[in-house]
Amino acid sequence: MNSLWAVTMATLVKDIRLEWRSKDALNAMLFFSLLVVVIFMFSFDPLAEESRHIVGGLVWVSFLFASVTALNQTWARELRNQVLDAYRVSPAPANALFLAKALGNFIFVSVLEALMTPLFVIFYNVRVLGPAWQLIPIALLGTWALVVNGTFFAAMSLRTRSREIMLPLLLFPVSIPAVIAMVAGTTSILTGEESAHFYLVLLLTYDVVFTTACLALFGTILHAE
Amino acid sequence: MKRLFPILSVLTAIFLAYAFYQAWWVAPTDAQQGDIYRIIYYHVPSAWTAFLLFFINFIASIQYLASGKPSTRTAAKWIVTVIGVAGVIACFLPPVQRLIPAGMRPSAVATTVLLIPIFYFVIGWLFPGDRLDVLAVTTAEVGVVFCTIVLVTGPIWARPVWGIWWAPGDIRLTSTLVLWLIYVSYLVLRRFSNSAQTQLLAAALAVFGALDVPLVYFSIWFFRTQHPQPVIGGGGSMDPRMLDTLLISWMAFLCFAFLVCWSRFRLELLHREIEEAHAMESLAGAAAGASLPLSRSAR
Amino acid sequence: MNAVKFLIAAYVATWVIHGVYLGSLVRRFGRLRREEREVKASGFRRSASGLQRED
Repeated sequence: MNSLWAVTMATLVKDIRLEWRSKDALNAMLFFSLLVVVIFMFSFDPLAEESRHIVGGLVWVSFLFASVTALNQTWARELRNQVLDAYRVSPAPANALFLAKALGNFIFVSVLEALMTPLFVIFYNVRVLGPAWQLIPIALLGTWALVVNGTFFAAMSLRTRSREIMLPLLLFPVSIPAVIAMVAGTTSILTGEESAHFYLVLLLTYDVVFTTACLALFGTILHAE
Repeated sequence: MKRLFPILSVLTAIFLAYAFYQAWWVAPTDAQQGDIYRIIYYHVPSAWTAFLLFFINFIASIQYLASGKPSTRTAAKWIVTVIGVAGVIACFLPPVQRLIPAGMRPSAVATTVLLIPIFYFVIGWLFPGDRLDVLAVTTAEVGVVFCTIVLVTGPIWARPVWGIWWAPGDIRLTSTLVLWLIYVSYLVLRRFSNSAQTQLLAAALAVFGALDVPLVYFSIWFFRTQHPQPVIGGGGSMDPRMLDTLLISWMAFLCFAFLVCWSRFRLELLHREIEEAHAMESLAGAAAGASLPLSRSAR
Repeated sequence: MNAVKFLIAAYVATWVIHGVYLGSLVRRFGRLRREEREVKASGFRRSASGLQRED
């Protein structure tokens, strides 16, 4: 257990350091996220009566697209210089690599979300009518739901043609219950019309089930040729 | 074996025609919906067939994943047996019975749970080794075809009856849509993957899909309790004559599905034989090219 | 009646979808049988040209 955590942290720190040194990708991602918010703002009238009901959906859809672009490139780095092959033959547990990648993606996507959210609040004049603190667990659990499966499917897509399109193709269908819970949960908190309790439980269940599945099957994926 | 296929095809065609006759003329007209309800005799059997095929794919995928090492194979067999036995016993315990949705008898749920180990062992026996994967791709593809029919006939039925093509809260149709999406992505993965381990990747995806389905069902179920929606296809009990026709129709479509799967299975076997032949040919070509100088120097 | 049109549409759609799939199966079978014949033919050609394999 100790070595699993140690390897995970070491890999994670390495990834963050590399990401920080080449800020190009990070900046491009940030600008892309901003563009998504602006496009939505022009497409869905913020002044409409129903805007409070649709903001939840808009926010999570934009997060979904931003995270797919982020996920696509985190494995790309490993492919260069055959780092992935080196990892496969090392005695380090496969799960450490997966956890490191997933945590790195989680941090990366959370940063994007933290930057996009104020923009939505400004453009859509968002006022929270329900218990605002509940938005935090929804954001954390929802982001993890996207990232954990996204990291797994990104690894799967490495050995396919059209790698970039393969990831969303695999990720979106499986993420549907999580997306329903995220959007409905956020909307219920923003409108204050119903309790988000069920959606929180659903997200938690989803996260537990799929984190377990990813950890159980990642070894198989990594060692596929 | 080769003679059997045409004979079965003719018999199935007759059976399907009989089912059609039953659905169109013999079954009574519905009091509320009129004749439009007869779509049910194509819509529901297609759904049941698709779910059965996807279930077989799930079992085959799990078994394929487990067959890698002897330890996992044995573990999987034990787990599946325990699930069957525990599930059956649980269905007759009062606290579990309270969880069973109204309208379902405990014995029905117990039988369904028992199907898991039964299918597991029968499929493992009938389709050893690589044939598990051939079965997986076959049932996935044919399942998608039947699932497509469900998703096409559903809205066609909904429009005249409810005035809308689609209701996002319709739990059955929406869950079916997600299942269809998952299996289409499964087929795309198979098509686009150029790895030697495509089969393992696809099996892993099938497991993910299977884990997802109950979550999809619950998320839509809760959404629906907050936003009441019409249920396409209706609910409640059926006139026994209608039920008879429904079962006849389902049996006919099952026979049809069996024949289609058989064809697809043979197609896949042929495809793999030819791939092997190609591989052997290039190996032989390389050996022939390289061995001439070697054999001379050996002499 | 309007509703019966939908009924007919549903039944027709079902068999059209099945037909398209079965058609694709037939086409794939045809292509594979052709490939099979080619592989067998090139196999005969190779042994006929006298290239010996180490046995």
